[in-house]
Amino acid sequence: MKVLVPVKRVIDYNVKVRVKADGSGVDLANVKMSMNPFDEIAVEEAIRLKEKGAAEEVVVVSIGVKQAQETLRTALAMGADRAILVVAADDVHQDIEPLAVAKILKAVIDEEQPGLVLAGKQAIDNDMNATGQMLSALLGWSQATFASKLEIEGDSASVTREVDGGLQTIKVKMPCVVTVDLRLNEPRYASLPNIMKAKKKPLDEKTAADLGVDVTPRLTVVKTTEPEGRKAGIKVESVDELIKKLKDEAGVI
Amino acid sequence: MNFGLTEEQSLIVQTTRAFVEKELYPHEAEVERTGHLRMDLVREIQAKAMDAGLYAANMPEEVGGAGLDTLSWLLYERELGRANYALHWTCVARPSNILLAGTPEQREKYLVPCMKGETWDCLAMTEPGAGSDLRGMSASARPDGDDWILNGTKHFISHADIAGFTIAFMATGEEETPRGKKKLITAFLVDKGTPGFTVREGYRNVSHRGYTNSILEFDDCRVPASQILGEVHKGFEVANTWLGATRLQVAATSLGRADRALSHAVDYAAQRRQFGQQIGKFQGVSFHLADMATELRAAELLTWAAGWKFDEGTVTEADMSMAKLKATEALAFIADAAIQIHGGMGLMDELPLERIWRDARVERIWEGTSEIQRHIISREMLRAVGG
Ligand SMILES: Cc1cc2nc3c(=O)[nH]c(=O)nc-3n(C[C@H](O)[C@H](O)[C@H](O)COP(=O)(O)OP(=O)(O)OC[C@H]3O[C@@H](n4cnc5c(N)ncnc54)[C@H](O)[C@@H]3O)c2cc1C
Ligand SMILES: Cc1cc2nc3c(=O)[nH]c(=O)nc-3n(C[C@H](O)[C@H](O)[C@H](O)COP(=O)(O)OP(=O)(O)OC[C@H]3O[C@@H](n4cnc5c(N)ncnc54)[C@H](O)[C@@H]3O)c2cc1C
Repeated sequence: MKVLVPVKRVIDYNVKVRVKADGSGVDLANVKMSMNPFDEIAVEEAIRLKEKGAAEEVVVVSIGVKQAQETLRTALAMGADRAILVVAADDVHQDIEPLAVAKILKAVIDEEQPGLVLAGKQAIDNDMNATGQMLSALLGWSQATFASKLEIEGDSASVTREVDGGLQTIKVKMPCVVTVDLRLNEPRYASLPNIMKAKKKPLDEKTAADLGVDVTPRLTVVKTTEPEGRKAGIKVESVDELIKKLKDEAGVI
Repeated sequence: MNFGLTEEQSLIVQTTRAFVEKELYPHEAEVERTGHLRMDLVREIQAKAMDAGLYAANMPEEVGGAGLDTLSWLLYERELGRANYALHWTCVARPSNILLAGTPEQREKYLVPCMKGETWDCLAMTEPGAGSDLRGMSASARPDGDDWILNGTKHFISHADIAGFTIAFMATGEEETPRGKKKLITAFLVDKGTPGFTVREGYRNVSHRGYTNSILEFDDCRVPASQILGEVHKGFEVANTWLGATRLQVAATSLGRADRALSHAVDYAAQRRQFGQQIGKFQGVSFHLADMATELRAAELLTWAAGWKFDEGTVTEADMSMAKLKATEALAFIADAAIQIHGGMGLMDELPLERIWRDARVERIWEGTSEIQRHIISREMLRAVGG
């Protein structure tokens, strides 16, 4: 089985984001970029499937600017076998919307014919949480989202999902699209020997136009604002007062 | 000239940095406060470092290292250097390159266990009476049949307490030089436990808590000739061939800590408010930041350039000395300025700054004092014009 993992280049989670002066988005010029953390978990899971003998090949795909090549190299250095870069923008500030990404992925999947797509549940930059679901609809494949456990059993997959207030285990038919949650695994470090090997692994480059997908945005960003600063707290005189305020004013107990 | 990093180099930096932040930083407070690095913790981190291929990555591939070029190795050293020294040196050890000078049997016996993390090496040159002037050493070895008998005292020997063996530099003769009589030196591999070889507790040191130094005593210590590393009387040649780049290692690890201190200072200057504004808005603070960054970048360029020239075969002694001198002095300045920008908080051990400041001190002394580096640099300049 071939596993396909889409990986997105996003602003590093440690970076303190700054809103651009015109409010059109956050400033990404000269900012540290990394692989979307959920995608790292998906890559790790795919490599583990390969190590367990449940998969033969791990193909990673990134869609966006040319610099996403670095993200793909990271995935190759973690242990993926092959990478595909689909260049869909020149400007680092252009975010490719989930539907366009899903369409591009579908075109790649039509060519690659993987048995499983493992994707992050969402990208930490726009938090859309839509690509995996849209992709499964376009492909007509089953989907399992928010996976915290994944087991391949013949031509089906057993997926434990993190849902509100608990866990749900479902069985889906393969091929399928699984989106992964935080607790599925702890991604490994790209090891130094694998980093040295990564350069020799194939990285194919295509464009969105090659795949016949129009990436023109359909959404308009109206405004981007920083979260409001935290308001100053208040001091209470006694535990009784605290309980009273939590009950009557905050309504949390 | 291309000053950018290759894709591999960026990935090496990424992985090493992530490892240091995730696996080493969380244990710094413990090591700093107790002055001790627990062996069970060492084993735990060592295993992870091996999985990530970071352990002993300074070594060539044929002996199980990462086979990095010198510049890539220095980038890796910079990232490791950010953390507490005992943690990174012990848990992500870089066995001394001098072990590559060994015979196949010596490599098997000494280098292989170091690569596997079963033991560590230590290098014994300095003596109470001979520091900068190593060729004035008095510890000596004399032949006795097929054996050699070692006598004398070495001090300041780093991590000799955990090392399974030492590489001891001993005077084995004398030669006439234009600057008077100088000792001929031979390097010996001496196992811990060899009769007549004692490792005693050393001094308590202001820098690098948890990273110990010991006093080594040789009292009619008998070792077979097969324990000689390199050739008789050629100990310094061996050291010069294999330890040349350790000055660059000191430079690179210093750069890592300087960078860490600087990023704390920048963040704090943008966050801390006094007199109704961010302190970074006062030139008294912001010009400090500018100087810190400029010093750091200058030291980096000297270090990376020397590393690059090392592989080109064009590096000079002065190149390496300049990098070591500049990087260690830049670290001292940056650590001090970072504390100043933090005011009182900079001195408290909640932040890593007070220790970066303490740790900075030794860097200007070991691997050749700043004065010795200046001596090497100026000697090369003067010799070129017949001086
Ligand atoms: C924490 C620590 C760990 C160490 N680990 C090791 C180790 O593992 N193995 C090992 O062998 N050694 C080790 N050393 C020793 C280290 O290499 C020496 O401290 C260093 O070489 C300086 O020697 P010294 O301390 O005897 O100072 P000295 O050589 O006595 O120097 C005293 C002062 O005189 C100056 N001076 C000396 N000669 C000249 C000159 N020609 N021109 C101008 N100024 C001069 C020096 O710059 C210095 O300021 C360690 C030292 C420390 C502090
Ligand atoms: C060990 C210790 C003991 C102490 N004991 C006492 C005590 O007993 N009682 C007590 O009241 N306090 C005490 N202090 C507090 C001490 O007086 C303060 O640390 C000191 O006044 C500096 O204030 P700060 O640490 O808040 O730094 P900050 O005032 O926040 O300064 C941070 C940085 O900004 C710079 N800066 C601030 N304003 C300007 C400006 N206008 N222009 C240019 N640069 C500026 C400062 O020079 C500094 O570099 C103690 C501090 C220490 C470390």
